[in-house]
Amino acid sequence: MQRLWVGTRKGLFAFDPTDAGWRQAGPPAFLAAPVTFVLDDPRDGALYVALSHGHFGCKLHRSDDRGATWVELPPPAFPKSDAPDAPSLELIWSITPAGADQPGALWIGTIPGGLFRSDDRGASWQINEPLWTHPDRAKWMGGGYDHPGIHSILVDPRDSTHVSIGVSTGGLWITRDAGLTWTLAGHGLRNDYMPPGQTQDPLMQDIHLMAAPACDPDRIWVQHHCGIFVSDDGGLTFLESVDVKPSVFGFAVAPHPQDRNRAFFAPAIKDEYRVPRDGKLVVTETHDGGKTFAIRDKGLPQAEAYDLIYRHGLVIDTTGQNLAMGSTTGNLWCSGDTGQSWSLVSHTLPPIACLTFAP
Amino acid sequence: MATIRFTSHLVRHRPAPLIEAAGGTVAEVLSAGMAGDDLLRGYIVDEQGRLRKHVNIYLDGTLIADRLRLSDKVGPKSEIYVLQALSGG
Repeated sequence: MQRLWVGTRKGLFAFDPTDAGWRQAGPPAFLAAPVTFVLDDPRDGALYVALSHGHFGCKLHRSDDRGATWVELPPPAFPKSDAPDAPSLELIWSITPAGADQPGALWIGTIPGGLFRSDDRGASWQINEPLWTHPDRAKWMGGGYDHPGIHSILVDPRDSTHVSIGVSTGGLWITRDAGLTWTLAGHGLRNDYMPPGQTQDPLMQDIHLMAAPACDPDRIWVQHHCGIFVSDDGGLTFLESVDVKPSVFGFAVAPHPQDRNRAFFAPAIKDEYRVPRDGKLVVTETHDGGKTFAIRDKGLPQAEAYDLIYRHGLVIDTTGQNLAMGSTTGNLWCSGDTGQSWSLVSHTLPPIACLTFAP
Repeated sequence: MATIRFTSHLVRHRPAPLIEAAGGTVAEVLSAGMAGDDLLRGYIVDEQGRLRKHVNIYLDGTLIADRLRLSDKVGPKSEIYVLQALSGG
């Protein structure tokens, strides 16, 4: 059944398609709890939701009946240490199935920058020690948060031991042996706020989100703090898109699942502003692999809009026909024509952190 | 036996009945009282055993001094109140 999950500052909302458009399906789950990520696992239909309680820490819950009932799971935990500044979980930023051939296995990326794996549907978690103890990890830096974090996890559908992660900030890392060893990739990414001589250091890159189309896992799109980049070799090297209007800054990217040259972005004025340019909220779309971009504004507010789209706030479904976009202002839009036009679904939601379509 | 009471704000998320448990420090009483319920324990302290930043513990009416190790001494009739701070909401 088609469904859109909407994770907000005040709980998890479900929207279903109706003849009159997408409509809220009942009261929210976890009312008042900030939702940081939602995974609707296509392998077994399980729904995972990550929460970040203001007082009580980060929590993880799973539903095996489409959200009717929930089981609380232990969240990932960092190794014990007597140091007063020993790390503790601050945010669950990404949850990803570990492969179609790995039933029940999941990866989680967190702030601080830990990568955790579960082989039992979230009942237990193990930190990926080779990445956590990698000497270069100490050079990762916080990007908007106090500590660095892993927000993007791509599992190669052809080979589930091939996993790529995006770090803010810390670049793009690849393992081809299920996490035993890691290699820093992302050559060609450019971070123009670093000192001269370090702008192209792959370790200093602030990837906001990276995503690959289902049709071509080697085509990786990166929405970076300083631009839009595209790779044809699984993230080893990137080319930069230039002259992108109205802005190359943003957090989200949604690749078309069947067209490797097509992707959608949600631009904003960069750095200290982070609002739409000229108060006009738009989606940008490329049809030609990032060479040119078209502005899609039909149905989106074109005056006095201050909506920001977070990195998990722009999604496309497996058909490539439906897109959804949610903002920090609590506005939710959907498109049923592959992003060419948009309809407001709600303007009264809490600030939206993440969206996902049921697979 | 010391008594542990939890804020109703916590009970909204996780069953947290009034608990009686023995121990010489706040850490020992909490550990004994929440043995077998690591999920409940995770609402109070982080994985390093530190009191969460926006949780407060009152021991016999006084805010505990040691938020890192919860080493404040507990008497046999002590009352421990676990509640959310006004910060962090």
